[in-house]
Amino acid sequence: MNSTSADSGMLEKNMLAVVKKQRFQDWIFHKSTLLFSLVVLLALLGIIVSLFINAWPAFSKFGIAFIWTVEWDIINEEFGAAIAIYGTVVSSLIALLIAVPLAFGIAIFLTETCPLWLRRPLGTAIELLAAVPSIIYGMFGLFIFAPLFAEYGQPALQSTLGQMPIIGVLFGGAMNGIGMLAAGIVLAFMILPFIAAVMRDVFAIVPPILRESAYGMGCTTWEVVKNIVLPYTQKGVIGGIMLGLGRALGETMAVTFVIGNSQRILPSLFAPGSSIASTLANEFGEADDFHLSALFALGFLLFVITFIVLGLAKWMIIRAEKAKGTKT
Amino acid sequence: MNATNMNQNLYRRRQFANRMGMTLSMLAMGLGLFVLLWILALLFKNGFAALHWTVFTQSTPAPGSEGGGLANAIVGSLMMVGVTTLISTPIGIFAGVYLSEFGDESKIAGVTRFVTDVMLSAPSIVLGLFIYAVLVAQVKHFSGWAGSLALALIAIPVVVRTTENMLRLVPGSLREAAFALGAPRWKVSTFVTLRAARAGVITGVMLALARISGETAPLLFTALNNQFFSTNMNGPMSNLPVVIFQFAMSPYENWVRLAWAGALLITLSVLVLNILARVLFREKVAG
Repeated sequence: MNSTSADSGMLEKNMLAVVKKQRFQDWIFHKSTLLFSLVVLLALLGIIVSLFINAWPAFSKFGIAFIWTVEWDIINEEFGAAIAIYGTVVSSLIALLIAVPLAFGIAIFLTETCPLWLRRPLGTAIELLAAVPSIIYGMFGLFIFAPLFAEYGQPALQSTLGQMPIIGVLFGGAMNGIGMLAAGIVLAFMILPFIAAVMRDVFAIVPPILRESAYGMGCTTWEVVKNIVLPYTQKGVIGGIMLGLGRALGETMAVTFVIGNSQRILPSLFAPGSSIASTLANEFGEADDFHLSALFALGFLLFVITFIVLGLAKWMIIRAEKAKGTKT
Repeated sequence: MNATNMNQNLYRRRQFANRMGMTLSMLAMGLGLFVLLWILALLFKNGFAALHWTVFTQSTPAPGSEGGGLANAIVGSLMMVGVTTLISTPIGIFAGVYLSEFGDESKIAGVTRFVTDVMLSAPSIVLGLFIYAVLVAQVKHFSGWAGSLALALIAIPVVVRTTENMLRLVPGSLREAAFALGAPRWKVSTFVTLRAARAGVITGVMLALARISGETAPLLFTALNNQFFSTNMNGPMSNLPVVIFQFAMSPYENWVRLAWAGALLITLSVLVLNILARVLFREKVAG
């Protein structure tokens, strides 16, 4: 009698000890996983702070005017970001102009008309296009695309769009293949799969009942896409486009190979230019002191711009996916 | 009579718009496929033409000299990618576990998730700048370690997000069953949930590997390049992407040939990793 109660007392104590131990282990586990996820946040903070500190000499000398100064004079140490920002923005916009309609077409094809058995292999093929490293796109652009573009593309553009009043100036000048337009086109095919994948995924969340109702009323596939799918997935589509824009702004290798790398702003899209990333890739190795600081300032601007664009993109996509839960 | 005509006109217009839209979308798909096949065909043609056994045995040639190979670059790339995997896998998996197992209870998780998603597409060249500023500029020399760290910054978000997504696919009943047996949380997370999602987590690591093996920009200012064969992670290290970058833009014919060979090697490994990851994941979902 006595011994059993002592036993159960012992048992209880034991169990309490085990529970305590487990609680402690759980606490350690929780905190250590938390620590690892904080690594990501710390990295982000570190990037912003360290870039800013290194860019400070340039920012303090030129002030906020650094952003719109059209000057990149390494010898006299006069720096402004306008040329690189112009190149970055223009090449990215050209890329979007080409990639968005194509991505839209691909997404429609994959979700609406493609036979079911083909959907997976074709979707995978497009995803593989995203997996090809950017340096391969750069080589492709330099060795294959640029010569072809100089021989066929540019003359054709110059003799048609180049003859039009105002926009003609965009297609003037020497035609040697590389330049702003070539960079934009190569970029377009780089970001195409990212945009197409997001669009396909958000098109797929349209509730089947909406689609079927529209078909039941006699809508054609095109009308279903235009009047049902697009309005329903608006935010996700915009998010996908901005994701592509974010990628295009920060892309380095593909652009560096074909943009021509000259620190000038010329009206023609055939002319060479430079983007923030290509300037960094080309000049960072040989830079010192103040030049280095100016390059860090460019890097800081690039990071801030892409962070804002990508952040907005993510926010839009999240909202699109949330709508799935409330509207059905 | 007039009304039927109008109806027929309208019908034809709608049919026409539909056919146009669908044809254009099919053409877009065709163009996408065409570009992929074109790039692959060119890589195979130029790459295999340049692929000779000396590519694997000799180091990169000096300017103007004949022959040469990519041995130093291949070894350098393998070592750096290996170290990156060792760094990013544990960090990525633990952070992923946190997001999926404890994520619903905390604000930090929401912020982390958002930041990881943004970092997934952040410009990789800026990550190189960051490592240059905090490591290379401090110790005053380029190194393979710095290259690996820069690559890890790219790989970690990929592993974090796939791990989280895969863990979330594990049915809640599995967790509850383990809890009901009295298992502590850390045991449930590691021995039940993570084990059930093993294939998916490995997929994430492989996708991260594929992502970093072709990255060039972050290596430019961190690992730099090394003309000679070196396995010293503490010094500048040769690697395939940077060699391709330098050689492709060079005037020497044998350099350009080597660049094609390197491009083929990189693309093949990236595509194989991607396809393997997909097959692995599909098998897991099916089984």
